[in-house]
Amino acid sequence: MDVVTLSRLQFYATSAFHFLFVPLTLGLSWVVAYMETRYVRTGDETYLKMTKFWGKIFLINFAVGVVTGITLEFQFGTNWSGYSKYMGDIFGTILAIEATAAFFLESTFIGVWHFGWKKLSAKAHAAVAWLVAIGANFSAVWILIANSWMQNPVGYTIRGGRAELTDFFAVITQKFAVLQIFHVLSSAFVLVGFLIMGISAYHLLRKQNVDFFTRSFQIGLVCGLVGSLVVAVQGDLHAKDVTEKQPVKLAAMESIWETTRQAPIYLLALPDEENGRNAIELLPIPGALSFLGHGDFNAEIKGLNDFPRDERPPVLLTFLAFRGMVGLGTFFILVSIWAFFRRKKLMESPLLLKILVFSIPLPYIAIQLGWVVTELGRQPWIVWGMLRTADAASAVSVLQVATTLVGFILIYSLLGIVGYYLIIKHAKQGPQLEGA
Amino acid sequence: MDLQAIWFFLWGLLWAIFFMTSGFDFGIGTLLPFIGKTDEEKRTMIASLGPLWHGNQVWLITAGGVTFAAFPVVYAVMFSTLYSALMLVLFTLILRGVAIEFRSQQDDPRWRRIWEICIFIGSFAPALLFGVAFANIFKGIPFDADGIYHGNLLTLLNPYGLLGGVLFVMLFLQHGALWLTIKTTGTVQQRAAAVAQKAWPVLVAVAVVFLAASWYATDLYANYLSYPALFLVIGLAVAGLLAARLFMARQAWIKAWAASALAIVSCTFYGVIGLFPSLFPSSLDPAFSLTARNASSSPLTLKIMLVVVIVFVPIVLIYQIWAFKLFGSKVTAADLAHEEGAY
Repeated sequence: MDVVTLSRLQFYATSAFHFLFVPLTLGLSWVVAYMETRYVRTGDETYLKMTKFWGKIFLINFAVGVVTGITLEFQFGTNWSGYSKYMGDIFGTILAIEATAAFFLESTFIGVWHFGWKKLSAKAHAAVAWLVAIGANFSAVWILIANSWMQNPVGYTIRGGRAELTDFFAVITQKFAVLQIFHVLSSAFVLVGFLIMGISAYHLLRKQNVDFFTRSFQIGLVCGLVGSLVVAVQGDLHAKDVTEKQPVKLAAMESIWETTRQAPIYLLALPDEENGRNAIELLPIPGALSFLGHGDFNAEIKGLNDFPRDERPPVLLTFLAFRGMVGLGTFFILVSIWAFFRRKKLMESPLLLKILVFSIPLPYIAIQLGWVVTELGRQPWIVWGMLRTADAASAVSVLQVATTLVGFILIYSLLGIVGYYLIIKHAKQGPQLEGA
Repeated sequence: MDLQAIWFFLWGLLWAIFFMTSGFDFGIGTLLPFIGKTDEEKRTMIASLGPLWHGNQVWLITAGGVTFAAFPVVYAVMFSTLYSALMLVLFTLILRGVAIEFRSQQDDPRWRRIWEICIFIGSFAPALLFGVAFANIFKGIPFDADGIYHGNLLTLLNPYGLLGGVLFVMLFLQHGALWLTIKTTGTVQQRAAAVAQKAWPVLVAVAVVFLAASWYATDLYANYLSYPALFLVIGLAVAGLLAARLFMARQAWIKAWAASALAIVSCTFYGVIGLFPSLFPSSLDPAFSLTARNASSSPLTLKIMLVVVIVFVPIVLIYQIWAFKLFGSKVTAADLAHEEGAY
């Protein structure tokens, strides 16, 4: 394998692993801050127990998330120096602002929150929880602005062989970024909602801490229901934006080969990349894709065959990842609605509770698939239409990248196993051993 | 001063703050197996940096991010030429980070032992490697006009590079030991005080040798000879070291730590000033060197970043100092009794 392929694999491994932990941090930070605020407002000890129980999951998860985030900042320089030279004027700026304006806030106050129970008044301690949530989420906002710029570069000019910033405001307020930010944050709430409902369901099935977990469940339900509905509505807007800005990505997501008006969505399809067609096409919904892409059943959707071969992303994986994500998203809505109608009769709904326990990993998978669509669907470009991934790698040796790839896999496997072992152990124990 | 020059010194300042803050974390991690004999002593040591190390580490992310933003070419060439060294720093920092969190999660001596080893390696190795990397930058790195590195990891482990590594380890060791004297009581404090006092002459000797070796191995002194007033910075480093010893003798631990912080910051600026305007000199041909002039971002980006830094860095410093004060008192048995008081 060459340096570019190995570097791509390495970046995939490290960013995908990092993003196993990020959504939980994003969503749970708000939930924990809310629980603690309820405690301060009402004096209800159950909210304090909730804050500590869910807060501990937050802390373990955060520890793995934060150390694996440093890697990504390093890798732009170590593995993608061609990219960094070309894009640093813009991309580097956004990353530096993320660290200075957001990540400091999160990291400083997480220590204060963790160890400050006895040092601060209850109100001040709850306020610190909100600062952590704000810091964590604004961190994500900046990173997503940077990623959106790779998807849809704006506010720049090419000068002296590199991209230079001309309009900072355009970069930070572009529609693509706003849509992506809402997509990521709302999906984080889905993940947190299903995690809380799932863990609560585990204990409710065993009739342990029924009051504690029934009340936790309700909070999880709000996150899951609202999150999954918002993600769907917002995802539709996002798809329309992609249709406009990255038409070839949309064509790959839906595996559409020929340019057509009234483009259908096939419920069953399988792309055949060799021959530029679908091997299977069954159960079309007429005009559905035209409507999804443009809000008009007669609109034209450009097919993959009208794009040069060397500008198409890998179709099969992009297509399957998109299908998987949408399928799971639909499942989250249905289960959330079901849970909503059974919310007062949870103890009499063992099937729902069982399904929820086994659903805990599903939002993780959906989010990973979403990133596959976004990033793999951007190929062969590292910056859309501007710089190819193949031209962006560092002049380092295959041995260096291969060795560190193995190193990352070993270390991250260890982190993943230990991190999830600790989280699961704590989740199963429940709050009674917390000594609140 | 023009924008590029301002950014050059801001770049140095951010690295200096990183070394000053994370320096004591690295020092304490390195001392963990030597000062902490019992589990309680080890927990006390970890608790002394518990609430603060996350925030300290962000100075590294910021220093890296600012290198990327203000000097993208330097970032690209520095990180890819120093690939193996930086990856080692990264791996060990990752292990240290999770080890601090994971160690206390299970009450099993073998479990705790594993993570203690990770904390030690994850503190000692970055301290050494940052020193090696910066000394090599002072000396010049063998890279060509395309930013391609002509060497390997062992190229960096030359005598001058290793001397820089030892200097960093000793600086951080003393810095960490002094932090422990502020934050702890009893045997841990006594041992830390003894370590700081014993480390001092070694540190001074290494520093003197390093200053002398820099005369032969680097061009750092050229700027000093052109502007002799700059020797004041070296004077400050010396003053920091002397003051640290003086305050140690009087058991004025906070002042001794502050003097050690001054020594670390001045040592960083000693190198940064000597490098100016070069950020990443090439040892193959000075024409390949990356400087504040030929490797910076556009004026607009430098201006935006300047505003960001001028607004946010003081805010960050204010809340970090607040956090330092909030956790300024000594680690007590009551803190350790509770998992919300200490790791």
